Amino acid sequence: MVETILDVRDLRTSFYTDEGEVKAVDGVSFSVPKGKTIGIVGESGSGKSITSLSILRLLASNGKVVGGEVRFKGDNLLAYSEKKMRSLRGNKISMIFQEPMTSLNPVFTVGQQISETLIEHQGMSKKAAMAKSVDLLKLVGIPSPDKRVKQYPYELSGGMRQRVMIAIALACNPEILIADEPTTALDVTIQAQILGLIRDLQQRMGMSVVLITHDLGVVAETCDYVAVMYAGQVVEYSDVRTLFRKPKHPYTVGLLKSLPRPDEDQEKLIPIHGTVPSPLHMPVGCRFNPRCPAATDLCREKLPDLFDDGEGNQVRCWIYNEQWPGEKEVDVFGEERTARC
Amino acid sequence: MTKYIIRRLLQTIPVLIGVSILVFSLMHLIPGDPAQIIAGEGAPEKTVEQIRERLGLNEPIHKQYLNYMSGVVQGDLGNSVRSGRPVVDEIKTRFWVTLELATYATILAVFIGLMAGIISAVRHYTFTDTAIMIVALFGLSMPNFWLGLVLIDWFAIGGDWLPAWAKLRPSGWGDSWRQVVLPVITLGTGGAAIIARMTRSSMLEVIGQDYIRTARAKGLTDRVITYRHALKNALIPVVTVVGLEFGGFLGGAVLTETIFAINGMGRLTVQAINTRDFPIVQGAVLVISVLFVFVNLIVDISYKLLNKRIDLG
Ligand SMILES: Nc1ncnc2c1ncn2[C@@H]1O[C@H](COP(=O)(O)OP(=O)(O)OP(=O)(O)O)[C@@H](O)[C@H]1O
Ligand SMILES: [Mg+2]
Repeated sequence: MVETILDVRDLRTSFYTDEGEVKAVDGVSFSVPKGKTIGIVGESGSGKSITSLSILRLLASNGKVVGGEVRFKGDNLLAYSEKKMRSLRGNKISMIFQEPMTSLNPVFTVGQQISETLIEHQGMSKKAAMAKSVDLLKLVGIPSPDKRVKQYPYELSGGMRQRVMIAIALACNPEILIADEPTTALDVTIQAQILGLIRDLQQRMGMSVVLITHDLGVVAETCDYVAVMYAGQVVEYSDVRTLFRKPKHPYTVGLLKSLPRPDEDQEKLIPIHGTVPSPLHMPVGCRFNPRCPAATDLCREKLPDLFDDGEGNQVRCWIYNEQWPGEKEVDVFGEERTARC
Repeated sequence: MTKYIIRRLLQTIPVLIGVSILVFSLMHLIPGDPAQIIAGEGAPEKTVEQIRERLGLNEPIHKQYLNYMSGVVQGDLGNSVRSGRPVVDEIKTRFWVTLELATYATILAVFIGLMAGIISAVRHYTFTDTAIMIVALFGLSMPNFWLGLVLIDWFAIGGDWLPAWAKLRPSGWGDSWRQVVLPVITLGTGGAAIIARMTRSSMLEVIGQDYIRTARAKGLTDRVITYRHALKNALIPVVTVVGLEFGGFLGGAVLTETIFAINGMGRLTVQAINTRDFPIVQGAVLVISVLFVFVNLIVDISYKLLNKRIDLG
């Protein structure tokens, strides 16, 4: 078994708004093995970004981590002082964001923005940091880096900017890179390039990657493990093979069913009925129960835990528990069978 | 960029012409015969006729305007009706006094405004923030003349700490800095309040930007994030306000100058209005207006320069 570098246990994050407490993340658990890539998938609003911001403790001022643990090499980051946390950010754990167009500061040059991290964490001189910035730009595949380093963000395309963001993130050789939908805002061809770059750098530098996406195709191609999120919770965590071959949670099954496949007729696409619940009005019991074809009274009353299957894979569904009142073999979405573990 | 500057320069030409027409019309917009008004009620017909002759008021109006303008472009604003001296000479010394007053007021407004605005933004929604913003609201809504009188009452009459009158000189502070304090506070307070509010809202907007989140994700300290990453962006719109305030102070110095008996352009204008010395009024208003137009021009160009990196992004 590979060493676990980051272990998130039962993370809970709330926002305090005028309408009340928004439990944006309410029970997220997953672990990141060293040197591996884990994907976090889920619909918009399921809490993926908030999960990653909670790990680095970068929430907006009205947000607060209210429970759980984030263990980085055994230490709980939630107990760290702000100062200690700062020394980790951009250094041991880096993050890149969804919006390359707005994630760079418009009034500083690319070089200044890369150097800054090096100066802060490695105590480099301005000159040395600038030289290293050129190397980093080369590393992320930016042509004529010695010219680009002096340019401002407005002089760069979206793809270029995301490469710069990656250069900033990788400047201090982080152990973990969290990439929050790094390609969503980019053209399809650029998307593939950026993902390829992340994959390539991950292998070269031996870091762990947390890749947030809502594209299951990207997950299949890139990730070793997957955490599926629904309404602020992780509903399934498993290695990527198992997830695609034997998805357990009815939501995961639904997701895969709604995915167009080359070997199947387009007509067989089955959408999941209903809509994502609002974080202000979560259903009682399992959060997926109003949309789940297999829901029973138990599902409508009690929220299931993340049950472990003994092989490191987990699922938050009553079907996989002794208390399940229904049939042992459940037909979800008409076709695929979710086998009992 | 050069293109923009040229275009902007060209745009000021019609503005300046408009201003000159307005200023020129001042005399003719007042109901009645300007010559009679200047001469005063009940003045003998002969005097009125003389004035009319001297000011060329018996010529057709467009001719009068052209005459006036041909003088203006040669630096001749006519002569004072009262002293007979050239308007340019009358204005010259007064102009520097007002410019000095407006400059000090701007410095004060920028200094106080920026500090208050930054503190407010950094501590937003706390007691400090609310307190600063309430004070700013007061500063903003307080009429200049009232503030001036209150200051005089407290510091000059009540405490006898600072003089209630001021004799600003083009030479600067010199022996008279104590005299400058109250007028500068009087004139600058409103501007400080506006700059504080602008800085605060601009900072708050910037703090919510994605690149600030990036800066935090890099592990930078709050100091660096606030003063390097946020402030540099937040100041861009503030620059505009500072420029406009300066222009406003130039024109708005009238009340302050009157209260503190400062012999600046504002007071000159008021006195000239009282004595119905129209050439002086026209000259003073024209100079201030033209200056205002140019301050605006500089503000626009510098904003464009500063904003270049953001605008095209
Ligand atoms: N500052 C905030 N105040 C209140 N609620 C918030 C705040 N930020 C996020 N939320 C709520 O938290 C929930 C999760 O948001 P999050 O950004 O993590 O979603 P996501 O899974 O990243 O979605 P997407 O795929 O669109 O990026 C959303 O319902 C959102 O409304
Ligand atoms: Mg997101």
